[in-house]
Amino acid sequence: MDGQLFAQQVVSGLANGAVYASLALALVLIYRTTHVVNFAQGEMAMFTTFVAWSLNNRMSYWPAFVLTLAFAFVFGAAIERVVIRPVEQASHLTVIMVTIALFVTVNGFVLWVWTPDLRDFPTPFTGEPVVVAGVFFARHEIGIIALTVATVVVLWAFFRFTKLGLAMRAAAIRPEAARLLGVRVGWMLALGWGFAAVLGAIAGMMTAPLRLLDPNMMQPVLIYAFAAAVLGGIASPAGAVIGGFTIGVGINLLATYVDFVTPELELPVAFAVLIGILLFRPAGIFGRVAARRV
Amino acid sequence: MSKLVAAVAALVAVLAVALPGAFASQEATPGVTRGTVKIGATFPLSGSGAVYAPIAAGMQAYFAYINASPRRRPFGRRIQFIVYDDQYPNNLPLSLQLTRRLVEQDRVFATVGSLGTEPQQLVRPYMNQRRVPQLYVSTGATMWGAQHRRFPWTIGWQPDYQSEGRAYGDEIRRRQPNARIAVLYSNDDYGRDYLRGFERGIANANPRIVAREAFEPGSSVTGNVVRLRQSGANTFLILAIPTPTITAIVTAYRIGWRPQLYVNSVSATDTFFSIAASNAGSPDAVRGAISTSYLKDPASPAYARDRTVRLYRSILRNHGPQGANPNNGLYFYGMAKAHTFVQTLRRAGRNPTRGSVMRAARTIRLNSPWLLPRTRIHSRPRNPFPISTVRLIRWNGQHFEEFGPLIRTR
Amino acid sequence: MSVGFAVRAGAFVLAVGAIALLPRFISDFRALQLGTVAIFFIALLGLNILTGHAGQISLGHGAFMGIGGYTTAVLTSDFGGLSWEMNDLATVPIAGLVAGVVGFLFGFPALRLAGVYLALATFALAVALPSLARSQKLAGITGGSEGIILPRLPPTGDWLYYVCWSFALPMFVLAWLIVRGRLGRAFRAVRESEIAAVSSGISLPLYKTVAFGISAFYAGVAGALLAIPTTAIFPDTYPVALSIILLTGVVVGGLGSLAGMAIGALFIQFIQTDGPQWLQAVLDRVGVDINETAPGVPSVLYGLLLLAVLLTARSGVAGLLARGVSVLTNRIYHRPIKRQATPSRREA
Repeated sequence: MDGQLFAQQVVSGLANGAVYASLALALVLIYRTTHVVNFAQGEMAMFTTFVAWSLNNRMSYWPAFVLTLAFAFVFGAAIERVVIRPVEQASHLTVIMVTIALFVTVNGFVLWVWTPDLRDFPTPFTGEPVVVAGVFFARHEIGIIALTVATVVVLWAFFRFTKLGLAMRAAAIRPEAARLLGVRVGWMLALGWGFAAVLGAIAGMMTAPLRLLDPNMMQPVLIYAFAAAVLGGIASPAGAVIGGFTIGVGINLLATYVDFVTPELELPVAFAVLIGILLFRPAGIFGRVAARRV
Repeated sequence: MSKLVAAVAALVAVLAVALPGAFASQEATPGVTRGTVKIGATFPLSGSGAVYAPIAAGMQAYFAYINASPRRRPFGRRIQFIVYDDQYPNNLPLSLQLTRRLVEQDRVFATVGSLGTEPQQLVRPYMNQRRVPQLYVSTGATMWGAQHRRFPWTIGWQPDYQSEGRAYGDEIRRRQPNARIAVLYSNDDYGRDYLRGFERGIANANPRIVAREAFEPGSSVTGNVVRLRQSGANTFLILAIPTPTITAIVTAYRIGWRPQLYVNSVSATDTFFSIAASNAGSPDAVRGAISTSYLKDPASPAYARDRTVRLYRSILRNHGPQGANPNNGLYFYGMAKAHTFVQTLRRAGRNPTRGSVMRAARTIRLNSPWLLPRTRIHSRPRNPFPISTVRLIRWNGQHFEEFGPLIRTR
Repeated sequence: MSVGFAVRAGAFVLAVGAIALLPRFISDFRALQLGTVAIFFIALLGLNILTGHAGQISLGHGAFMGIGGYTTAVLTSDFGGLSWEMNDLATVPIAGLVAGVVGFLFGFPALRLAGVYLALATFALAVALPSLARSQKLAGITGGSEGIILPRLPPTGDWLYYVCWSFALPMFVLAWLIVRGRLGRAFRAVRESEIAAVSSGISLPLYKTVAFGISAFYAGVAGALLAIPTTAIFPDTYPVALSIILLTGVVVGGLGSLAGMAIGALFIQFIQTDGPQWLQAVLDRVGVDINETAPGVPSVLYGLLLLAVLLTARSGVAGLLARGVSVLTNRIYHRPIKRQATPSRREA
């Protein structure tokens, strides 16, 4: 086995995986708070990245980055209140259809406002590649991995150590009890969507330099993020992160070392493995199957 | 029960909407009246294909310019251009339905410039059965010219992909006799068509392909590029649509690989290369990359004072969509194609018929000012490839420069 | 015989008569569109048995249509080493059976999955199928990315209309019999409560896989019929978008209602081909001025319309569709909800 190729494929897989992990984490957050599988997560991320692009034309990278996260937060929370709240009590299928309608609307809106021209999106991680033992690693890839890990740690600390984080967890797990204790459950759900949109915005801003800024850039990412979330167990944040990295690296290694896996088979093989795992762990690797109440 | 009644009611409602179409009048040549010629096309205006929407906008703008002055109109007729969104590549059956709508409902004279290899291939048997001209399709698949005997009502426009691929093979054979080539191509008809031509170009010669990677449309190409680099190739040929092409170039640069780049013409425009340079953080990522061209480049300073390019800019400003970027070569491509159609219509006679316009398209000789200098549109009945002259171009860090002699591909 | 049954039968006969006579009054193109409506109608009937009655979400029904379409393409063409060169209409039932068997088999992994996991697994099927069809390893069967060209260009005029409706109407009756009969009752029992169903002697594995099989059979027939007028099959002829479009049809037509599927089918057909123009006409009248051919605008209009239907139909005032439609869609909202969504609630 060629060590250089292996190392490079692992790092580039981790970079792809970091993006899958961010978006998967967003999906999990939304699923935990409102029990919605959000098909529009990728398009929301894409939309906020276009906003970031417009901001970038007016200011330097990091201020634009922070402003975008703030915008994403408000946008995510607003979507929850305006579009998701009315179908709170509806069936799974209806809610899935609502997020699909959102997907179509947001995608069209961005095409309309920003026109379909391709755009380049800057990365804050520039400079010559890092050379370790004769192997080249792109700075952007290392940057994405670091940023994702940092985000996950911050998010974890927020939910673990802050009062608001506790209230949000309470609202998600026992809404009635939380309401009795004075938690404003409705707002907590909207906050959950806001945080998910922030994670999505990070995923989008990290993807755009890799795939160019284009209204359809997040669709392949979303598919792998779904796979990551399901693999880890759709209600498990840690599972989503590990699932994301596993899928990113796994696909690169499969395509490199297994001759059978030609490019068009990457997706089918990934899904076959995934469904295989689900057969043994129907709620994902880190998920728990709930006891059925009779 | 009420549901069944509702369903019947809905059917009746649709019937009421659908009825008027049944009484459309029969004119001598569909779509042609004393004052207008009605044509149509299907284009992706939404979804992932929408990057090509500027072609339709460029055509619209040019027809608006033609219609604006009676002197410009072919035999005084305005051109009415209907564009439907077929969501290509996400909904192939829709392309055929919308084309049938254009032919049967809107009764267009011809379709002009409809986009996409698969959808146009789907539409082709129908158009030929109905004897409706399927003019200047916006795809470079080789079949449009090569299969003209079976499908005489269909004609392409731009140089075909196989010929272009062969031109790269020839160039590498001539200038880099010891090249070790890595090829990245999209795993579809488009990528394979190019690759076939390229392989023919280097056949029985010293340069050889040391690694090839296909990628699935829509998926990430970083893993492929890392593997290609490992082959030790010193030449990198990319046969793909713009987004993966740029990503591949940038990835190669980011992992410290500096091969001689060859990029197919669809992706080799000023806009895309500027994006690649800025995305990689260095103009070196694309410097010296080689491609081919057959149209004037609106972004190149070499044509800044060119009359046609200036006309193009003013048409786009006055009749194009708001905020259109004139350096986007797709608008230029659309206008150049619309120009060819207007000239074809003039050659089809005062009272054009579908037959006469098809004859005109298959025999057209036209010194189009939109093409590179000293080239022309020349279609021969036995070899109907309207544009078959290209030149090599090289990115000098700012823009493309033409070099080498004119290459006749057919 | 009950009065209700007589009225239903009467309405059905009337509908059949209307369908039989309609092509006399409309153009060939509208007949083509309404023929495609019949194709969607068939697919929606099957999806509705699965989703509306057996309670299993499928985001991948386009894949089953694809399997039907490829079956027809392979059987009719002289493609590759296999040259059956069958008549295209004769292949339609075979295509249905092939898809049905695949669907039945897919039902087994689906047994272990519920709710969201099942939705995502079926979605994976829809995503993976075009890639599989494009694979060089299967190119001997599927033609790879170059697809398969069907040898026959079907007659124009109202040929397709009559062909498709001659398949659709018997299949509607069949679906009605299934839903009314023991099978349908068992499906609904599974939907309402799996535990109660099992304790009353219903075999979950049997009925879930059978529901997948039946609905895939319907999808296969629809996919085969779609292949015939399309005249060629490419991997992207049955894209992910198709699965989504079908779900839209079920939701608009009304979950659980079979006749409502006709409305769903009309909706998904006309929203695609005529929707942008009609909405434009409406917007022009209200004085909103946008260019409907600007990139993205068709998607925005379609997405907003869908959102409006989903959000307002709930209160029974579907402002954008006929009042009758909202009566049908109400069904969705009176079903017990989110039974399968609970696992996460139990986690800290």
